[in-house]
Amino acid sequence: MKAENKISLSRADRLFDIFNYTILTIVLLIVAYPLYFIVIASVSDPIAVYAGKVMFWPSSFTWEGYQRILEYESFFTGYRNTLIYTVIGTLVNVVITIPGAYALSRKDLVGRNVMMMMVTFTMIFNGGLIPTYLLVLKLNLYNSMWALILPVAVSAWNLIVARTFFQQTIPDELLEAATLDGCSNFQFFMQVVLPLSKSIVAVMVLFYAVNHWNGYFNALIYLKSPDKYPLQLVLRNILFENSLGDMVEDASTLAAQQRMGDLIKYGVIMASSLPLLILYPFLQRYFIQGVMIGAVKG
Amino acid sequence: MSQATQNALRANRRTASYRKWKRVLRNWQLYVFLIPTILYFLVFRYYPMYGLQIAFRNYKASKGIWGSQWVGFKNFQRFFATADFWQLLENTLAISVGNLLISFPVPIILALLLNQLPSKKYKKVVQTVIYAPHFISTVVMVGIIFLFFSPSSGIINHIIVALGGQPIHFMAEADMFRPLYIGSDIWQGAGWGSILYLAALASINPELHEAAVVDGANKFQRVLHIDIPGILPTVVIMFILNSGKVMAVGFEKAYLMQTSLNISTSEIIATYVYKRGLLNSQFSFSAAVGMFESVINLVLLVTVNFISRKVSDSSLF
Repeated sequence: MKAENKISLSRADRLFDIFNYTILTIVLLIVAYPLYFIVIASVSDPIAVYAGKVMFWPSSFTWEGYQRILEYESFFTGYRNTLIYTVIGTLVNVVITIPGAYALSRKDLVGRNVMMMMVTFTMIFNGGLIPTYLLVLKLNLYNSMWALILPVAVSAWNLIVARTFFQQTIPDELLEAATLDGCSNFQFFMQVVLPLSKSIVAVMVLFYAVNHWNGYFNALIYLKSPDKYPLQLVLRNILFENSLGDMVEDASTLAAQQRMGDLIKYGVIMASSLPLLILYPFLQRYFIQGVMIGAVKG
Repeated sequence: MSQATQNALRANRRTASYRKWKRVLRNWQLYVFLIPTILYFLVFRYYPMYGLQIAFRNYKASKGIWGSQWVGFKNFQRFFATADFWQLLENTLAISVGNLLISFPVPIILALLLNQLPSKKYKKVVQTVIYAPHFISTVVMVGIIFLFFSPSSGIINHIIVALGGQPIHFMAEADMFRPLYIGSDIWQGAGWGSILYLAALASINPELHEAAVVDGANKFQRVLHIDIPGILPTVVIMFILNSGKVMAVGFEKAYLMQTSLNISTSEIIATYVYKRGLLNSQFSFSAAVGMFESVINLVLLVTVNFISRKVSDSSLF
């Protein structure tokens, strides 16, 4: 097939391939260059960045931006908080979603269609910000870690993805055989279903964890104490509110302060996004698997 | 109907419901699995819908939701009468319709090209890179926009100046908000969005391509006559899903990109609800504004779905 293709590769096909390689290479550069620029700008002398001298290579290499971040306590508090919220939040998500999705995948579950409709409807209509906010106040979750976890304890989309996975991968015969052996639903789930479902658990962990790591809206509306702020909220203050304060105050002029501020901004972007960007290529297949199961249902 | 048949029917019904209950009892553990999920949806998803009635009341914190006075559609009328209404509607629609017309086709084109790329290795490299921005948080994404488009230090303005132009203060120009919003959405999301279409392309029967090659069809013709029709149902479904979000432009990005100078284009319904509701505590009024948004979305989704079912046989429900 391949050899045949080579021989019969017409002029039109060759043109198409050249065009294809060109376009995708341009796309690749458009996506990759800004990411690369952040890396080099975070270790270049800000005066050179301001003068537009940093384009392809760092200029007057410096670690100063990172050194200043290391001295900035809120950044670490934020990092620690986000780690805690992400771990506990994801744990809650997965412990609720996986058994729920399995139960909903069972054809012999009475009331399954009603429950699925109930879940699906929330994807197209919701109460909105204000009623949810008042509910969180009423439940006394305001300014508590749980306000970032409980209102997003289950994602309807993820629940449906996990359910679709179970429907596709756990054959009915397996359940029949296990039931004949006197296996209860709980035992079947723990001993048969879970070991066969490691990949969907991984997908769920990743999907939920990324949302916790990157989320800032719930923290913005539900948290009051700065010592509870997650990383993204701390980042917002650094990137937009210019609350750099003593991080830059030793710089002599306003312009110098602003330059130092930019250097720190490039640095915090790196420090906060790097864990995900480095981990993601290794976990890529799980993310893609998750999207694809969702597409089947689409 | 004879007496005997009726008795038989009744007995039948009784056994049917008996069997049903037996199935419920036998699977009681499955219901235990579902308790947290059901509780979550009732408390955090359905109770707020019930709470939406404050849009029809004059909410006073001291009286609570149920004790506040009914005012009918007054909050809605007030919103429609404000000077902000048309501006908000225009700003929200400009972004979402722009996204639907400009951003929507990009992942489809990317998937079609990637799918035809002869080198699998290069395909993998391109995919890995273009999916990556999906993992950048909104806060960081907007931070990058501010840094790159800064008038004095941003790399974009360095390029503009190097090409002989005048530096543009992007974040202070109302006209620049929409292009920046939509452009950065494409940069961040188009790669990730192509996964879905690549999956659809992978499920096209390869024999179709083989037969077309025998018939002398070139690659471009095969993309046009095999690949595109093959993913059309997926495209239609995605289009329906997206049109149901026309009014739901996300809060996070628009709010972060707002400056006092671009507010005339960057104030959208979601940011308006946040400011009026949570910052000014006008709960009933902003709940009405939020509800207006969700109802329009619901109507649009159902309408587009209906049209699509009639025209193309692809539909969500």
